[in-house]
Amino acid sequence: MKFNMWLSVGLLMFIVANSNQALADRTILNVSYDPTRELYQAFNQEFIRYWQDKTGEKIAIRQSHGGSSKQARAIIDGVPADVATLALAYDIDAISERSGLIPAGWQQRLPNNSSPYTSTIVLLVRAGNPKKIKDWDDLIKPGIAVMTPNPKTSGGARWNYLAAWGFALKKYNGDESEARHFLARLYKNAPILDSGARGSAINFIQRGIGDVLISWENEAFLALKEYGPEKFEIIIPSISILTEPPVTVIDKNTDKHGTQDIAQAYLEYLYSKKGQEIVARHFYRPSDAETAREYAHQFPEINLFTINDVADSWQQAQQIHFSDGGLFDKIYEYQ
Amino acid sequence: MSKHKHHSVLPGFNLALGFTLLYLSLVVLIPLSAAFIHTAKLTWPEFWNTVTAPRVVASYRLTFGASFAAAVVNAFFGLLVAWVLVRYPFPGKRLVDALIDLPFALPTSVAGITLTAIYVGNGWIGQYLEPLGIKVAFTPIGVFVALTFIGLPFVVRTVQPVLEDIEKELEEAAAMLGATRWQTFRRIIFPTILPALTTGFALAFARAIGEYGSVIFIAGNIPMVSEITPLLIITKLEQYDYTGATAIAVVMLIISFVLLLIINLLQWWIRHRKAIA
Repeated sequence: MKFNMWLSVGLLMFIVANSNQALADRTILNVSYDPTRELYQAFNQEFIRYWQDKTGEKIAIRQSHGGSSKQARAIIDGVPADVATLALAYDIDAISERSGLIPAGWQQRLPNNSSPYTSTIVLLVRAGNPKKIKDWDDLIKPGIAVMTPNPKTSGGARWNYLAAWGFALKKYNGDESEARHFLARLYKNAPILDSGARGSAINFIQRGIGDVLISWENEAFLALKEYGPEKFEIIIPSISILTEPPVTVIDKNTDKHGTQDIAQAYLEYLYSKKGQEIVARHFYRPSDAETAREYAHQFPEINLFTINDVADSWQQAQQIHFSDGGLFDKIYEYQ
Repeated sequence: MSKHKHHSVLPGFNLALGFTLLYLSLVVLIPLSAAFIHTAKLTWPEFWNTVTAPRVVASYRLTFGASFAAAVVNAFFGLLVAWVLVRYPFPGKRLVDALIDLPFALPTSVAGITLTAIYVGNGWIGQYLEPLGIKVAFTPIGVFVALTFIGLPFVVRTVQPVLEDIEKELEEAAAMLGATRWQTFRRIIFPTILPALTTGFALAFARAIGEYGSVIFIAGNIPMVSEITPLLIITKLEQYDYTGATAIAVVMLIISFVLLLIINLLQWWIRHRKAIA
C-alpha cells in the first residue's frame, strides 16, 4: 500500500482489474468506493477459489473504485455493475430511485442492513500528539488545522461531518443551533476541502499539511501500518459514528448478464467466516460476532452511535446537511 | 465569366461544406444543445437562483478572474519565449522547443499534483515562499499558477510561426529609415503578430476557464474562496442534481462564448484597421 499508488486509483474513474478474463466463463463487475481496493483484491481471489471448488466454474471478477457518489452515478448512467459495494446507503438509494435497477427495499435483503462490515471515524495525529488532541472538542480550538474532505463530493467526508455533529448534539444536550456553531468552527479550521478522502489523507500524510486528519478507521490503520507509530498516532474520540457501508446486487444488470447466482453468492460470502476474516484483516469491523471477538484486540473500544440517532434516514441527513442551501453550505455563506 | 458562377480552384465545395456542417453538428452543436435542453427543465426563477447563488457567483469570479490573469501573463511571457525561440540560436534550443508542448501532453491531473507538491509549505518552492508569507498551494494564487502552466503553449505555438514569417528586410528597412529599436518593434513587428497573439490569448483563456484536473488539487476548494466553477458543476452532479449542473454549465458557456466573440471581433477590427492603413 503506497499512498501515491492509491492516488492514481482515485484519479481514474474506472480502474478495472482484468484478471485473465478471456479464460473465464463468466465475469462479474463489483463497483465499489475508494478505500476498499485492497480488501476486494484479497476477497475476490478467495471467492474465485471458493466458487471453482463449489461449482467447477472458473469465473473472473472485475473491480472499479472511485468516490462513492461518483460510482453510484456511473451505475445509474449505465455501467454494467453486477454488485455495488458503496460507502453509504444514500448512494444505493439513489441508484434505486433514479434507475430502477434495484427495488426500493434493497437494504432489507441482506443481514445488518446489508452491511457485511462496518467501520467508524477516528482522528489521526502526528506522533507524540504535539497539539494535544484528545477529542472532537480540540478540533475547534484556534490554531488547529483540520484535514477533512468536502462532504459535497466525498462519502467519507459526510460520515466525518455526522460524527462531529453527533458529538456536538451530545455535548450541547441536543441543542441544534449550538451544534451548528460547533461545526462552523470546526470547518473554519479546515484549510483545504479535498474532493475525496484519499486526497485529504495524502495532504496530511505525505505533504505534512494539518494537525489532525478525520479519517475512516481502516484508512487510519493502513496509514499506521505503512508509516509506523513513529510518524502517526490514532486518537479515539469519546464518541463516534458507526459507519455502515452497504452492498447490493444490481438485479436488472445481473438478469441481463445471467450472473444472478454468482452475484448473490459473492455478497453472501462476505458474511461467511472466511469473508469476515478477510474483512477484519483489512481493518474493517466484522459484523459476525464470533469473528469480531477474535479480532477484538485490533479494534479499540469506542462509543458508537448510528445514523439513525442523528437523522431519520440518510435521505433526511442529506437533505438537512448536504443538499444545496443545507447546513453545510450555510457555514460558508453566512460566516 | 459571370460573377455568379464563381468556381473555386478546388472542387467539391458543396460536399465539403456539407461535411463541415455535419461534423460540427455531431461534435459540437448536439452535445451543447443537450445542455440547453436539459436546463430547460428548470423554471426561470429556479434557474436564476441556481446560477446566482453566492457560492456560484464567487466561483465565476475566481474562474474568470484567474483565467484572464493567467492568459494575460501567458500573452506576455509566451511572446517572449516565442521571440527567443525564433530569433536566437542557443544550445539545447530544440529541447526547450519540445518542452513548451509538455503542458499540452501531460495529463492535467498529473500537472496539478506536481504543482501542488512543489508549492506546498514543505515543497521545493513552497518552502522558500512560505517564510515570506506567500501561500500558493490551496489559495486562489495556486489556481492562477496552474492555469498559467496549462495556457503557455497556446500563446507560444500561435505566435511562433508568424514571427518566423516576418521578413527581416522589413526591420532592416525600418532601421535604415532611422527607426529606433522600440519604434521598429511597436510599428513593424507588433502589429504583424498582434492577430496571432490575440488568438493565442483567446485559446489560453478559453482553455483555462474549462480547466478542472490541474486546478482541483492545488485550489483547496474552500467555498466562497477557492472553488472554481467546474468544481461546482461536479459537486452538483455528485448530488444527482443534473439540471443544476447543466444550468451552471450553460451560464459558463454563454459567458465564454460572449468573451470569445468579443476577442474575435477585436481581432477582426485589428485586421480591418491594418488593411485600411
